[in-house]
Amino acid sequence: MATHESAAHASHTHAAPQGFIRKWIFSLDHKVIGLQYYFLALTAVFVGMFLSLLMRIHLIWPTATLPFFGEIKPETYLSLLTMHGTIMVFFVLTTAPQGGFGNYFLPIQIGAPDMAFPVLNMLSFWTTFLGFVVLLAAFVVTGGAPLHGWTGYAPLSALQSAGPGEGLGADLWITSIAIFCIGALMGALNFITTTLDMRAKGMTMMRMPLTVWAWFVTAILGLLAFGVLLSAGILLLMDRNLGTSFFVPLVTVNGQLTGHKGGSPLLWQHLFWFFGHPEVYIAILPAMGMCSQLLSVFSRKPIFGYKAMVYAIMTIGFLGFMVWGHHMFMSGMSPYTAFAFSIMTMGIGVPSAIKTFNWLGTLMGGRIRFTSPMLFAIGFVSLFVTGGISGPFLAQPVLDIYLHETYFVIAHFHLIMGVASIFGIFAATYYWFPKMFGRMMNEPLAKLHFWLTFVGAYAIFMPMHYYGMSAGLRRYSQSTEVAYILKLLPIQRFITIAAFITIASQFIFVINLFWSMFKGAKANDNPWEATTLEWITATPPPHDNFGGRTPVVNNGPYEYSVPGAPRDFVMQTDPEIKPKH
Amino acid sequence: MASFTTTSAVEPEISRDDHGTAPPIRDGGDYGRPGLPDYETRLRRARLGLLVALIPVLMLFVSFTSAYVVRQGLPTLDPRTNNLIRDWIPVALPRLLLLNTFVLLVSSVSMELARRQIKARAVMETASTATGPSIGGQIRMPWLAMTFVLGLAFLFGQWTAWKQLAANGFYVSTTPSSSFVYLLTGAHAAHLLGGVVALLIASIAALLHRSLKTRSIVVDVTAWYWHFMALLWIYIFGLMKFVR
Repeated sequence: MATHESAAHASHTHAAPQGFIRKWIFSLDHKVIGLQYYFLALTAVFVGMFLSLLMRIHLIWPTATLPFFGEIKPETYLSLLTMHGTIMVFFVLTTAPQGGFGNYFLPIQIGAPDMAFPVLNMLSFWTTFLGFVVLLAAFVVTGGAPLHGWTGYAPLSALQSAGPGEGLGADLWITSIAIFCIGALMGALNFITTTLDMRAKGMTMMRMPLTVWAWFVTAILGLLAFGVLLSAGILLLMDRNLGTSFFVPLVTVNGQLTGHKGGSPLLWQHLFWFFGHPEVYIAILPAMGMCSQLLSVFSRKPIFGYKAMVYAIMTIGFLGFMVWGHHMFMSGMSPYTAFAFSIMTMGIGVPSAIKTFNWLGTLMGGRIRFTSPMLFAIGFVSLFVTGGISGPFLAQPVLDIYLHETYFVIAHFHLIMGVASIFGIFAATYYWFPKMFGRMMNEPLAKLHFWLTFVGAYAIFMPMHYYGMSAGLRRYSQSTEVAYILKLLPIQRFITIAAFITIASQFIFVINLFWSMFKGAKANDNPWEATTLEWITATPPPHDNFGGRTPVVNNGPYEYSVPGAPRDFVMQTDPEIKPKH
Repeated sequence: MASFTTTSAVEPEISRDDHGTAPPIRDGGDYGRPGLPDYETRLRRARLGLLVALIPVLMLFVSFTSAYVVRQGLPTLDPRTNNLIRDWIPVALPRLLLLNTFVLLVSSVSMELARRQIKARAVMETASTATGPSIGGQIRMPWLAMTFVLGLAFLFGQWTAWKQLAANGFYVSTTPSSSFVYLLTGAHAAHLLGGVVALLIASIAALLHRSLKTRSIVVDVTAWYWHFMALLWIYIFGLMKFVR
């Protein structure tokens, strides 16, 4: 009986596991799960980058024979485009900031020993992993990967006969997305319950770091959005395999009626974008939280307007559910509806501007330490402004109708959703690496990586604005066939060369990451002199995060340069400081 | 005696907190962390988790409903006459669904009785650890097992209703309304199956000598989920019956 009791006991408190499998593979520890998510995303991002590189080469050199895919046919190009988008959006931008860093640091930053439901947390990761494997399997089945884009517009995505990749490949794609939804929902459930119920004593909601706020709001967005995508995916699978007509109207393929009738392709678009727009914020909000955190830490100043930042995150999240129609201006939407979506979309500019000005306000007059995480945080602000400023243009139906099918949109969403979010991931990696692995990353290499990536990202995406405004069309596999676009080929060449250099410079990051893990200089418990709870515990944190003790929080998360304090930062666990006024 | 020892093995975690440790980390004490949280905390956390988990389930069916309403209003082109026609043929729902509804409602009641029963036992166990063995003396109605059987009966009833629909010529792809009937009943059944599996887990936990408190939490959360499924079924039934 005694052995049985202790086993039950261990499973409840989940004491530190000993074996390799329980410790690193089927781990219940949120920190290990966070790392698993992170390395999954790191793998995915290299697959995604490789696909984009193939596309870039094909665009300027259409006859080239490329590794794995040989000579690129137009439908192969569409497959590359689809898989690039899907991998990047789901398995990188959703996985790394939320699943990776959120899992690792949300419980520590609120003073909890683990997530609320550790088993669910483990299942969440392995579900996501399964989704990734199923997605990659689409490459190797008959017909290859699907070609309906990451948005999966029906009826192209709903008919088996619509193209070479639309057979088994498309089924795998939809299944993968559905599996991903379930994993993301389990994660969101954990994040919300943990944040609401497991905060340490004194950690009021308004004392939470902005990173926690960002992960929390992101989890709410995921909770509301992924269920809708799941429903759309189920309907699509039924249309494809059971002969229903939810999304497919009366349509002929190669002169043959498909047997469907009366379905609405617009219904798919509404369901998809009801998920799809919040998904954009799921990708960017954690990066915003990271940026707020780092600007305050490295400016040695309290964040400018903490409450305004919190309310701005909430407002962005709320408005994110009101604007899905702006992706559909081209779909024959009523001008009145389009007008409403347009106004709402421009409304998002208000909380975004609040955040941007607060970031600048935080920097103003600060004693700025230009460390590598800080550079990436400032880079994030820059990219957020550049990528965001083209938003109000696209938010207007009259302009969007001209720009929607061009590279202008590619430039817009890559800067704001892709690169800005990736900069958040880089900033988080450089910032938290000492805590996660107990060693510092190499600073000169990190700075070199920053400058190459920062300049490289602008060199890739700025010219795309001009290419788009000159009617350079997106999704076209060959620009060499069209006379007026042919004149723009030098722009495409420039972009491809820039992409080559930028992608090559990412290896500096990877080498730095793995080299520092084993050979980096030893880090102390609080190398950045920051105030939040992850910096009071050991490096790396013990299994239960605080070594058998529970922190008590007395201060807000951004008490830097407090007049009269012995140091220029006051830990959240230090005795309560008197209000300044 | 088993429940007695299990309790003592689980509960003393609270006393593991050492008060008055050195700064900067100070002990919260009243949270009972980082050991196993007390029963009330675990129950509250599990209920909160369930409440959060119901939101995506709700969103799934809200999404299906919106698709239902939109699809119902759409005309389609008749290729022979080139006229716009409606292809939405209202489905004659099998009368069996009424019986199934009744079974599900009864199962919800027995689920509630099971929940109260095991909760009372869990609370009593804490209160009377000194006189523990006396608990087993009373006769207990097998509400949990009854709910399990009723749940399976409902699922079997839904399966039979599908058979009847098919026998009447309504297959998944016959008309959009029949597609939705299969979709909604199927999605609901899949979710209820999750509840049945949870009951199974609660029973297996009893066989594995998990503490009564842990089982009580599983049953409690499953009960709220079950009631939600009953309400959801009434909504779905109403949608199929009256919005046609």
